[in-house]
Amino acid sequence: MAVTVRATGATSRLDVARIRADFPVLAQKVHGDKPVVYLDNAATSQKPRQVIDAMRDVFETHNANIHRGVYEFSERTTAEFEGAREKTARFINASDAREVVFVRNATEGVNLVAYTWGREHIKAGDRIVSTVLEHHSNFVPWQQLAKDVGAEIVMIDVDDEGRLRRDQYTAALATGRVKLVAITATSNGLGTVLPVKELVAEAKAAGASVLVDAAQAVPHQRVDVSDIGCDFLVFSGHKMLAPPGSGAVWAPAALLERMRPFLYGGDMIAKVTVAETTWNELPWKFEAGTSSYVDAIGLGAAIDYLEAVGMDQIHEHELFLTGYLLPRLADIAGVTIYGPKTLEDRVGVVSFNIEGIHPHDVATIFDSEGVCVRAGHHCNQLLMARLNVPATTRASFYLYNTTEECDRLVDAIGRAKKVFGV
Amino acid sequence: MDDMYRDYILDHYKNPRNSGELPGATNTYHDTNPLCGDEITMSLLIDGDNVKDVRFQGRGCAISQASASILTEEIKGKTLTEVRAIDRQHILENLGIPISPARIKCALLSLKTLKGAAWGLSEWPGDDKAAGTARANGE
Repeated sequence: MAVTVRATGATSRLDVARIRADFPVLAQKVHGDKPVVYLDNAATSQKPRQVIDAMRDVFETHNANIHRGVYEFSERTTAEFEGAREKTARFINASDAREVVFVRNATEGVNLVAYTWGREHIKAGDRIVSTVLEHHSNFVPWQQLAKDVGAEIVMIDVDDEGRLRRDQYTAALATGRVKLVAITATSNGLGTVLPVKELVAEAKAAGASVLVDAAQAVPHQRVDVSDIGCDFLVFSGHKMLAPPGSGAVWAPAALLERMRPFLYGGDMIAKVTVAETTWNELPWKFEAGTSSYVDAIGLGAAIDYLEAVGMDQIHEHELFLTGYLLPRLADIAGVTIYGPKTLEDRVGVVSFNIEGIHPHDVATIFDSEGVCVRAGHHCNQLLMARLNVPATTRASFYLYNTTEECDRLVDAIGRAKKVFGV
Repeated sequence: MDDMYRDYILDHYKNPRNSGELPGATNTYHDTNPLCGDEITMSLLIDGDNVKDVRFQGRGCAISQASASILTEEIKGKTLTEVRAIDRQHILENLGIPISPARIKCALLSLKTLKGAAWGLSEWPGDDKAAGTARANGE
């Protein structure tokens, strides 16, 4: 799967120096005097002062549990929490904030759907379509559900550049037995962007429901749930400048209304008697217990930040960096790049290996140069098996990364090759 | 971190000692490190209380493979009792380099497979593996 990379004309309009000034962690030095180069954004993003301040402000000025108190603190916190929900709904172009259920992360979102809608609708003999690009979080819940109910998983492969095999997808749907397509919008291992809108239309025409894992999409480009037309969409806040513990499931209100709750407990009920319990309204029916409300408020602040910068500009900037890095990597002897070789249908995730050096050794040497990358299987063991590698080294960009940081990465590869004598 | 990749570590990685299949092996144990995808199969030829021969097959990072290579050099000809007494501290001293917490499993995979073989295990008892997997899947 080695790729030849062609030159690109991508440019960036972002004032990155100004953006970087908002991220205190990016000014840190590691191993003594080396400025940190953070290139592990597909794992999690750094947080701007605006997000940190919004969360600190809750704790320092009006912290109280939401939905319960009739005093000012609780009312203010509730207003900010529900305000974050409205921002989130607007950000993904949902028509109604009740369609946004806050969860801790995309993984919890997939499990919510698997344990509620999935257990009710997927029966013995039904098929669930998955792909080798799926993060374990959008595969294992369906694999286990399939085992429990006697359903079948149908895996769709990718071509040698990591693009989905549409022929296999079409053939799988043509069986007429597919109940659910659970598919990622963007590969966290290769950066491939899938044609989600087309895939959804094809699935719906075949009578299947669709869950879209948008954990790597929502942080990096405009995502419009009304346009995509899927049944469920999940994403995490921590990959989009918000704190861990924030994330959302989106589904049409009519569908959420028909679903059973996921977790039972406080705040998700309307009336409780010894004999019976009735459920709260949407979306609170799905938010049992005290929500991570400060994290959700942080997500609202992150969305404000991303919108002020501009999602199109962010996407463009990441493609610009990818276009800068890919040819430079391809020029290094012994480096194999995995994934799409052009900037079409991809985002700023660059997976590669250096011949003769295990990715973990690569990442350890990079670390000594201050360069943070991910090495391993990226929760993508199915993809690693498909690529026939145990692991890859992965650099992934966000709005604050620079071409100078790409140069530091390239220098670190030189250093690794020197240490290992390859 | 350059301290980690000293010449002798890289030498053991590139030129592993006692590498390959062991004909007539009496005890064999295979395991993986899910974090890195490191793999080691440790084979022993045990005669009475004697470890007469040892070889390993593996692939993975320099730390895991060098650790296994160094260990095989040491244990050949030792008694089973001596081999069973080797502990993690001993392995880390053998390596003689600073091992960060994230890489400790790489360094100790050799010991785990050696223990599995020395005790004649078919699979690891307890939930050690489950714990390792959970830690490795944290994206």
